[in-house]
Amino acid sequence: MTRDEINAVILEIIADIDEDAETTDINADEPLRDQLDLDSMDFLDIVMELRKRYKIQIPEEDYPQLASLSSCVNYLESKLKDF
Amino acid sequence: MDNQPTVSAPQLCSLPRIVITGVGLAAPNAADLPEFREKLLKGKSGISEIEHRYIGRVPAGICSFPETKYRKKKENKRGTRAGCLGVYAANEAVADAGIDFSDYKRRRTGVYVGLTEHGTAETEIEVYNISQYGYDVDYWTHHHNPRTVLNNPAGEITMNLGITGPHYSIGAACAAGNAALIQGVQMLRLGEVDMALCGGISESVISFGIFASFKAQGALAQHADPQQASRPFDMERNGIVISEGACIYCLETLERALARGARIYGEVAGYAMNSDARDFVMPYGRRQAQCIEQALERAHLSPADIDIVNTHATGTKQGDVEECGALASIFKDCPTTWFNNTKGMIGHAMGAAGVLELAGNLPAFDDNYVHPAINVSQLDPDCALTNLVLNKARQVDKVDTILNTSFGMVGINSVIIVKKYTA
Repeated sequence: MTRDEINAVILEIIADIDEDAETTDINADEPLRDQLDLDSMDFLDIVMELRKRYKIQIPEEDYPQLASLSSCVNYLESKLKDF
Repeated sequence: MDNQPTVSAPQLCSLPRIVITGVGLAAPNAADLPEFREKLLKGKSGISEIEHRYIGRVPAGICSFPETKYRKKKENKRGTRAGCLGVYAANEAVADAGIDFSDYKRRRTGVYVGLTEHGTAETEIEVYNISQYGYDVDYWTHHHNPRTVLNNPAGEITMNLGITGPHYSIGAACAAGNAALIQGVQMLRLGEVDMALCGGISESVISFGIFASFKAQGALAQHADPQQASRPFDMERNGIVISEGACIYCLETLERALARGARIYGEVAGYAMNSDARDFVMPYGRRQAQCIEQALERAHLSPADIDIVNTHATGTKQGDVEECGALASIFKDCPTTWFNNTKGMIGHAMGAAGVLELAGNLPAFDDNYVHPAINVSQLDPDCALTNLVLNKARQVDKVDTILNTSFGMVGINSVIIVKKYTA
């Protein structure tokens, strides 16, 4: 999976959590929580959805790496390289 | 035991008078009280069918209401169906009462919600979910706990409305809505809160287990036409139609309601609850009768003073007959007491049933009509109460008092009497 594809997957999951979320103008380097109506339970939803789709386990200590769109992509790039 | 004198009831007349000033509801045939009343007077059923995993198609009462009127889709997805129904009904009640929280503080408002069951649906959904992943509990949702704590629907209402007073749920099987209404009255009288949002909610149609359990008891209604499936008092009845629903009342003291010029639907004149103390599922008319008598005593009313009795009857032979026996024993010389039933039109909305059915009758104080029990083609002679209003609404001379019964499993009985407000 390319970085662009991973980016698209994250945005798709966020849209599934909150279909009213405005994702077009997201600054990829700023925390998602500062830009969208997302709380800690929503981040767990993202983790769960990634687990369901790709069978990847994200340990709790890695959760901070999901903070921004670009940090998500950086973190997931190696985990999703074979998809 | 039965011969012991009734425990003396509190003298409610010396306590603050409590009035209903707002009603919000979602029923299988309506999304507000005027629409509900119109459908009930026309005898219009809202029962349809639901397709259930493991069960197939079964008659059910499903509510259609503007789910995103008071909160976002995201929040509805985060919460429960009960929470969604409750948030809608509570907001409607507050709006109907004309409350903008300038007269009442949010920290002095209580939210009391009656539930027959809660969490069953969410748990079934999660078990099915992990079955798709080899029962690996890593796939069990983190939302399960907040969705299944028993205060969930009441808590979702407080989060949505910013109410910081107490909130909790009351479990009382199918008497739960009435129990929560009683709780609201009591908390107002104790001065624990200044305003109460109370009533009942049911999300039961989502749970296949509830259908399966009634089916296993031989008590799940079936009919080729779902709108004829719920038929209390009829010889062809064959059980309960399970429904979802919600009804929340805004309760205030009469004094404060008058001070802010509120419209008053009615005054809670009396109530009672008791227990059969004998069987898990079988109702017991004798104890139901005692419950009615206690409510009448507390309201300082005699049976003949009651104008409408909204029966609990669910469409099971045993339940209908036990209740009618209890009613016949109490209202035997009451030529102006009329009996009706609401479940033929909306099914059994479980925790919401009592308060929803009571709400449907409240407009009778103004229009003097008694809505009918529908789907009665051949009246069970054991249910042939004098003045039972069947199939067609009946206009009567006056309606000043309404008595509502709600009974539930494991032997719990509740009765509420509401009076037309007079100064």
